[in-house]
Amino acid sequence: MPRYTFSVNGRTVTVDAPADLPLLWVLRDRLGVTGPKYGCGIDVCKACTSHLDGKAINPCVVPVSEAQGREVTTIEGLADGDKLHPVQEAWLEQDVAQCGYCQPGQIMAAVALLRQTRNPTDAQIDAIENVCRCGTYFRIREAIKSAAAKM
Amino acid sequence: MGSPTPSSARHEDGAVDRRRFLTVLVAAPTLTLALSAETAAPADASSSVPQPADIMDAGDALILAGTPTAHLMLVLEVAENGEVRVELPRAEVGQGITTAVAMLVAEELDVPLGKVRVRLADARPELLLSQLTGGSNSVRALYDPVRKAAAAARARLVAAAGELWDVPAGRLVTRGGAVVAPDGRRAAYGSLTTRAAKLPLSRLTAKPKPESEHKLVGTPTSRVDARAMVTGQLRYALDIDVPGAKPAMVRRPPTINGTVRLVKNETAVRAMPGVIALTVIPTGVAVVGETFGQVMDAVEALDVTWNAGTADSLSDAGIRKRLRAAVLPPVVPPLTGHIEAEFDFAFVSHAPLETNCAVADVRKGRAEIWAGLKSPILARQEIAAALGLPERQVTVHVTQSGGSFGRKLFADAAVEAARISKAVGRPVKLMWSRIDDMRHGRARPASHHKIRATYTRGKVLTYEHRVAAVETDFRHGVGEMLTAVATRLPVAGNMSFAQAVFHLSVKVPYRFGVVTELLKEVPLKMHTASWRSVWSANTRGADEIIVDELAAKMRKDPVEFRREFLKTARQRAVLDKVAKEGNWGRDMPAGFAQGVGFHDEYKSCTACLVEIDARNPKKPRVVKAVIAADVGRPINPRGLEAQLLGGLTDAISTTLRAGLHIDRGLPLEGSYSQFHYARQKDSPTDVQIFIMPANGEPGGAGELGVPAAVGAIANAYARATGTRPRSFPINFDVDFTPFPR
Ligand code: FES
Ligand code: FES
Repeated sequence: MPRYTFSVNGRTVTVDAPADLPLLWVLRDRLGVTGPKYGCGIDVCKACTSHLDGKAINPCVVPVSEAQGREVTTIEGLADGDKLHPVQEAWLEQDVAQCGYCQPGQIMAAVALLRQTRNPTDAQIDAIENVCRCGTYFRIREAIKSAAAKM
Repeated sequence: MGSPTPSSARHEDGAVDRRRFLTVLVAAPTLTLALSAETAAPADASSSVPQPADIMDAGDALILAGTPTAHLMLVLEVAENGEVRVELPRAEVGQGITTAVAMLVAEELDVPLGKVRVRLADARPELLLSQLTGGSNSVRALYDPVRKAAAAARARLVAAAGELWDVPAGRLVTRGGAVVAPDGRRAAYGSLTTRAAKLPLSRLTAKPKPESEHKLVGTPTSRVDARAMVTGQLRYALDIDVPGAKPAMVRRPPTINGTVRLVKNETAVRAMPGVIALTVIPTGVAVVGETFGQVMDAVEALDVTWNAGTADSLSDAGIRKRLRAAVLPPVVPPLTGHIEAEFDFAFVSHAPLETNCAVADVRKGRAEIWAGLKSPILARQEIAAALGLPERQVTVHVTQSGGSFGRKLFADAAVEAARISKAVGRPVKLMWSRIDDMRHGRARPASHHKIRATYTRGKVLTYEHRVAAVETDFRHGVGEMLTAVATRLPVAGNMSFAQAVFHLSVKVPYRFGVVTELLKEVPLKMHTASWRSVWSANTRGADEIIVDELAAKMRKDPVEFRREFLKTARQRAVLDKVAKEGNWGRDMPAGFAQGVGFHDEYKSCTACLVEIDARNPKKPRVVKAVIAADVGRPINPRGLEAQLLGGLTDAISTTLRAGLHIDRGLPLEGSYSQFHYARQKDSPTDVQIFIMPANGEPGGAGELGVPAAVGAIANAYARATGTRPRSFPINFDVDFTPFPR
């Protein structure tokens, strides 16, 4: 079985895994990194959204082989120790989460968006496709705007 | 934390007295109370059933049914480190009940909110009917018991300090997690627990604070679990580390309730990488493996021949026909001015973002299960029956749920996981695929509605609403809870259980003369479950559309018309609030319109005003929403606003685009790209929510938001497009290629 070495939230890991095994299952089932959630497995719901070299990806459809030598960041790696990322802070300030299941993905998508643009427009926020079945969208929008204002 | 049982409920002098402190477990150095002092409600559920059906609702009935064990409901501990721990017999599915309960406890005990830890209780069979999350009843049912239990703990701590300092308890106050004496001496609760646990009970009187003294309760408060959620630390069922538990999934039949005839390539699939075990269960073929990725591949590779299911010949057209045939006719002859309309609502998946899932560890002679469950006692019974184990050998842990909306009333995944674990002889983590969750999970049943209203000279004389719906499965404990109470209702004839619940939950809030709303169920063997607001979203949504049409016929403005016919000042106040804040009647560009809706249930009421952009009628968007709600006594207005926001999004989805098409015994939809639950681009950029000041006891709020918003959105769409929507969701084309069966 091929062997892959990459970093997860700043820690170097090595796993033996089939090349086409989706990264999501390497993270969750092999490495115990359970922040990224399964919601569809086919790049639709975006619950698994994480970052590969700082860009948003959906690890349910990214094979582990693509992570070789690169940096994977999940929701667990966003804060700096006890110091939350400004987007996480904004999520607390707006009390966004209900069941919370989509929120790791929502936050990672928002962070990626704010890396691209400092002041996202409503249209850019609309383009975030992450499903929130609890319907927290309005608070997500407010939190993104609030984080943008502070960052 | 050890759960006390009723048998340990006795005074220190040995006498059992349920009217006073039931249980004080002297587990020093921790003060543990499992009680509520002087539960006010009588133990006999039958004695206080009010007579007219509309002064009692389903939430009341659930509370009443739970009353005989309500005094056992809470286990509350004050620990030596000053932490207050509460074990809550409810599910947390996103509705924020743990936060609301923590607030009540913090308020009563005068401890900072951060010192209160709320844990979801395991299934506790001694609670009988008091451990069910549904009917918007949690805050309503818990408000008194929680405050009383916390007040009792506080009284003990104060008495302990009084004894320590030799100061009368009446001169001591509590503040910031400590008892404080007039001379400034201070004793942290943690230092008093041992002494407090030993106090003789007779010395204590404990009464919750008067509500006028509430400082925390009633103020907007953030979720106690928010930080865990935004850092990815919150553990849902499949995140729990149960040693040795391996991923498991099930290959399911091509039609609902189909069964396995033959697995043709079992050997080949067993040999696939990462596959550990394979077993046939009543619902399909289960595969256990090293990672979910590998299990998915194996499940996909299975070649199975299937026996027929239970609904193979059913498609939407046929179901609709049966519903239309079943609906009872209105009886009032349309002699005066009248209005008549028929409505259809499609099936709707609950589609919680966390698919059905559970962890099960079944060994010889015992079983342990972890799952998000709203009815865990019944789940435990079902699991025991499925495994052939005595119930006491089955432990059921309730985990945080990634949404429910009614779905987690059922233990489908927990039972399945238990069967698989037993069959393969090892612990398993069962996860349903999204496709299966939509196609073989549960759904809100389709319904057909016939409404006739008659009016003359500014008065509505009669209002008849007949509903035919595919049968809603209630075999999750609510049935047991309500049967005893509901059958006593003064409603004529031989009511089915569902009809009883219908009468307990649906009512027309307007003075419309003679009003009758009747339900007829059509039993089809499909997987259904009540969906947030049960029949109200459809039934009351349709009512609100007709209200607008009646207003037009009678030449009145929709808000004015509602004002005139609503029954109470409280109802009119929320309507006035949205009309004012939402600037009702303002000019809108072509293709845009406002719409309004109202709903009253579970002692709460709400109004919703939306603005819609329907310039493209195929792609409408609700761009603004203004909501006002009166819930009697809001515990956490911020949480309440979240519930109303969720209800609004549900209404946007189900009114405009989200539903299931049934085709030859199976829903076509298998993903969120097909079942169009709203996304960010479908949700309003301006939402204002107003919570009316406290004016009574807490009402239900978890489901309140949906029906008014359904009405408001449909009415806005109708006005913007000049159409009369009759079939929901309004835009419901099969705009996708279905996944293979
Ligand atoms: S699980 Fe990855 S996009 Fe849905
Ligand atoms: S908070 Fe529940 S799915 Fe988004």
